[in-house]
Order: sequence, then C-alpha cells, then structure tokens
Amino acid sequence: MKPLVRHRGLVARMNRVNVDTDQIIPKQFLKRVERSGFGQFLFYDWRFLSDGSPNPEFELNQPQYSGASILVAGANFGCGSSREHAPWALLDYGFQVIIAPSYADIFYNNCFKNGILPITLPQAAVDVLLQKALEPGYELEVDLENQVISDDTGWSHAFEIDAFRRNMLLQGLDEIGLTMQYEAEIRLYESRRASSVQPV
Amino acid sequence: MPKTLFEKIWDAHVVTESESGPALLYIDLHLVHEVTSPQAFEGLRLAGRKVRRPDRTFATMDHNVPTVNPFDVRDPIAAKQIATLAENCKAFGIPLAGLESPDQGIVHVIGPELGLTLPGKTVVCGDSHTSTHGAFGALAFGIGTSEVEHVLATQCLWQKRPQTLQLDLQGERAPGVTAKDVILGVIAKHGVSFGAGYVIEFTGPVVRAMSMEERMTMCNMVIEGGARAGLVGPDDTTFEYIRGRRYAPAGAEFERCVEQWRALNSDEGAVYDRVIRFDVSTLEPQVTWGTNPSMCVGVNGTVPNPADIEDEVERQAVEQALKYMGLQPGTPIQDIAVDHVFIGSCTNSRIEDLRQAAAVVKNRKVAPGIRALVVPGSKRVKEQAEREGLHEIFKQAGFEWREAGCSMCLAMNPDTVPAGERCASTSNRNFEGRQGRGARTHLVSPAMAAAAAIAGRFVDVRALMSS
Repeated sequence: MKPLVRHRGLVARMNRVNVDTDQIIPKQFLKRVERSGFGQFLFYDWRFLSDGSPNPEFELNQPQYSGASILVAGANFGCGSSREHAPWALLDYGFQVIIAPSYADIFYNNCFKNGILPITLPQAAVDVLLQKALEPGYELEVDLENQVISDDTGWSHAFEIDAFRRNMLLQGLDEIGLTMQYEAEIRLYESRRASSVQPV
Repeated sequence: MPKTLFEKIWDAHVVTESESGPALLYIDLHLVHEVTSPQAFEGLRLAGRKVRRPDRTFATMDHNVPTVNPFDVRDPIAAKQIATLAENCKAFGIPLAGLESPDQGIVHVIGPELGLTLPGKTVVCGDSHTSTHGAFGALAFGIGTSEVEHVLATQCLWQKRPQTLQLDLQGERAPGVTAKDVILGVIAKHGVSFGAGYVIEFTGPVVRAMSMEERMTMCNMVIEGGARAGLVGPDDTTFEYIRGRRYAPAGAEFERCVEQWRALNSDEGAVYDRVIRFDVSTLEPQVTWGTNPSMCVGVNGTVPNPADIEDEVERQAVEQALKYMGLQPGTPIQDIAVDHVFIGSCTNSRIEDLRQAAAVVKNRKVAPGIRALVVPGSKRVKEQAEREGLHEIFKQAGFEWREAGCSMCLAMNPDTVPAGERCASTSNRNFEGRQGRGARTHLVSPAMAAAAAIAGRFVDVRALMSS
C-alpha cells in the first residue's frame, strides 16, 4: 500500500446523508475476482441513466468535479453492506480522501486497508466545506502528519484520528505483516485456549 | 467488577493490546462466501501466505446461487466466483458446503444450523449481517475483504474496543407482532446510525421469551441501526437449540459447556455505556415506505409528508425516497399495492419464518398478477419445511418454492425485481436498487409478506389471522 502523508486535491461535494454501499457500488458489479477496475461502476445507478449515458443531474458528473480526489459528504457515509468493493471503487475512481460528519463502522475500517483517509469533522465544518466546494476549482490540502486540512483562503481545521490507523497510512504498512510479528503471542493464546473446555 | 456479556467475550479473546491502540482479537470462527473472498485468497497467494487455521474456517455459496436450479449458473462471472471459492477451499484445505452439499445455504443460516455458532465465540464473515450470530451470545461482526484476508492469514483482527449499548425491550408484544416488527420499530424510532460504535445487547422479558429464530432476526438487523454486533445472553432456549447440532459439543462435554455459557451472561450491576428502553406493547406490524430501514411506519399508518419535516437534509432525503418509491405523501400504507413478494434472506428464511408465512397462506390464493417467491435459507430448512408440508401450502396458494440462497434480498442471482415494480420483502435493506435497478422494496415480516401476497396490497396480517 502506498503511504499517505500529504494530499492536495480538487474537492467534490455530495450533500446526502446515509449514502449506502449499495449506491457506492451496486451489487451487479461485485462479481469480479480482482480488486481493480471498480471505478467505472462507482455510484453507477445514480451516475448513469438507464440507457447508460451520464446522468447530468448527478453531483459527480458536474464538469467542475472532474478529477476530484477529495469527497465531502453527509453523515453516516458508507452504511449497509460490508463490501470492500466500495472503497475499491472510490479509490479507483480517484478519491483519496473522504470528509464527512460520520461513517458506518465497517466502511470506515475498509478505507484504511486501502489507503483512503476518511476524515471525520463536526457537521458545522462539513457544512462550510459543502458550501466552499460549490466554487469551481476548490482544493484542499490534507496533512495527515499534523492532522489538519486547509485551503488557500487560510481556512483550516484539525481532525482526530486514532494513532494506530494514522501510522498504518503514514507508513503504508501491510497489516498482515505487522500481525505476523505477534506469532509468539498468537501461539501462546492458542495453547491457552486449547486447554480450556470451550469448544471451537 | 461486574462485567457485561460483551466484556467477558472480548476480554477472553484479546491476544495482545497496547494502552491506546487497538487490541489483537482472536477469531474462533471465520465464515466465508463466494463474493467477498476471492480477492482475499488472491492476496494470500501473492504474498505466499497460507490459511493459518482452516479448521476454524467454514465456507459456503449463497449470494450468487440461482434458486430455480442452483447448478445452472448462466452468469459467467457468477459461475467464476462460485468455481473460484471451490478451488480456493480445496487449495487451502477449508471445509466447504458447496452446491452439491446438503449443508449448503445462506451463511448466516447454516452457521447456527450446523452448531458452528456457539455462545462465547468470536465469529466473523465478509458480510455485514454476520451480526445474526450474536443471537447465541457470540460476538459476531461483518468485515471487509482485507480483513477476511487478515483472518485467513493470522486468525486474528486488530479491533478498537466498541462501546456497549443495552437495548432493554419491555412490555408485551401484541399477537402478530414479530421480532422483525420489533427491530424495525426500534430503527424507525432511533434511526439508521444510533448503534454506530456500539455492540448492542438485547435484554428484558421480550427477548427472553423469543425463540432463537426471532433473536437471530433481531441481531441480523442491528447493522441497519449502525451497530457492528448484537448480543443476546445465552439461556435455556439457546442451549436447547444447540443441543445435538453437528459441530456442537455432545454428551458430558455439552453439559460442561452449558455451565460455562450460562456464566457468560452480563453480571448483575454491569454497566453499559448507553441504555435504551423500548416498549413493544403498542407496536403494530411494520412496513417500510422509503429507502432505508428507518423509513418505516405501522401498517395502519400513512406515508409521511416531507413538508412536515423541519431539517432540510432530512426533508430532501424523504423527498428523494418518495420520488424513488413512487409514493404520494399521506397515502395509507394499506393502499399500497405490490407486484412481488419475497419470503427469504438471512433475516427471515428459517423454519419458523416459513411456518408463520404458511399459517397465513394456508387455504388462500396469491392475488392475481403477483409473483410470490419462497426461498428457504438453507437446504436443511427446505427439507424440514417439506417434511412439514409447508411447500404444498405455498405452492397451492400460487407461490414459487425455490432452492436455498440469498436470492432477491440483494438480487445478485437471477431473482430480481424490475424497475418501477414494488416488492413486499422479508429481507433487511430497502436501499435504492437493492433488488434491481429502480426496484421498490418494502420491508416486512414473513407473516405480513404472506398477507400482502394474498391481498395484493399491504394489509394488517392480524385481520387474516383472526378469520
């Protein structure tokens, strides 16, 4: 996984709450055995009309958001299905950072496994960004090391993130590799459990 | 210090933890299906890793499986996913209930059915409805594919300790009000994210009186309230369900386990981070009218009017939902006609669900023009239903009697609802496009779905039950 330390990018807005993973990547596109190539299906049913042409009313189809890499969205983003195809699709489409007041738990976890940074900001700050992102060419600078986002007007906001996840992103660590360093502990745990009557 | 059920299970599974970071949690049972696993196995191969504990892993095929003839998989990509799972299980030595196995079925139906799901276990699966297994007093939650790979390789997961929420159910359910209505009622009142960051433990007389099937239905849908996991303290109902199941302990071992399982229950005086009390006494059978499970009302209610909603974002969400659902504000729920009825899914496809639906359907006919499906949750459920003659009741009424799988809950197989058509569904998600692009889903209990099939529209099932 590529480390994510700083990121600057164009901001797209999606002023909707409870955006579920069925919308992010509809189920007809889950039938792949690879992790790549899902970007073309991102928000498919919203993004394309039934004849396959782009839906001109859909947020991300606005020309000003072409090439956006930061998505500002409403509360409880990524609820529903655990499908990791949702972050795969967002990343493949070009989104590296998501900003929302809250996320569904599984989606939030899945983002970190794929080098996407989901930033949680208070609703008031998200409202400011939703407004700012109406302006064409609006960009944000994300500094994960110092846990702050800022724009060229001098606006900035700090964000919280747990140290473990931050470190994984900063270093682009392979989590399985990290866990394997605890092999002795895992073995010890297993030998302890084996002597218990608890069946497994 | 008194501990909650959650704390006891969590503490017993911590392999290592740092003061501020996540804990490395040991996983007792890893369930695997064809849709969220191929990339995980591929990851193992690329890194030259093996499955650490195939003996704690169990796989089946459910999401993609056709329910007319499971072997006739015409979608080449679905066929590839099914074949890939079989190859992966063979290569990595994982037990598989494949299409030819009598144990095949929806992963959250067969886990409990085979006695794999037991109290006190940690259970994960690459599927958000893994919360179902919490009905047994197991800590069970859905994970993404990277975490599937992580568990395959290490049998562990890094997890931040969630908070605990006690959902105390009080009062007495009116006849015809099912576990599905209770959980929909809770979500309608508290919203689709009230449980975020929490493990919910159901307590109180209502849940104590519930069967295992009912408890599974409630725990299944806690994810629709945003919670990762639901829990019910194990009791005699739990133990009687487990007794004699294939992978469950037997004989003296079983009795020893029961004593341990009993002790898992939350201690007197244990403290939860949050407590919600919910009185079920006035609850009616529920019907969702919108595009998330909190957009829900009693069967004698009406579709809401967005003009009555103050919050702008909320109002827009309701307007968008009504537009998608093709509904006018103020429409009585019982005036909504349906085109399809789906009885199935990991929420409501167990034997008791089918019995409840069959009791409504018996000696009646599906209304003209309605396509009605019953998709048992597993082959075992199907066999049991056929032994009881339920399939004849359904078929005589005009229902299609199908093979086991996830089917129309998420419509990854050929069972889809066409655009603009309306489905009374016993599944768990009424999201836009869930049952097919443009499909309009209304979530209900099995009895209410059966009643809708007979009447051709939503009706209060209690009227049919008394006649």
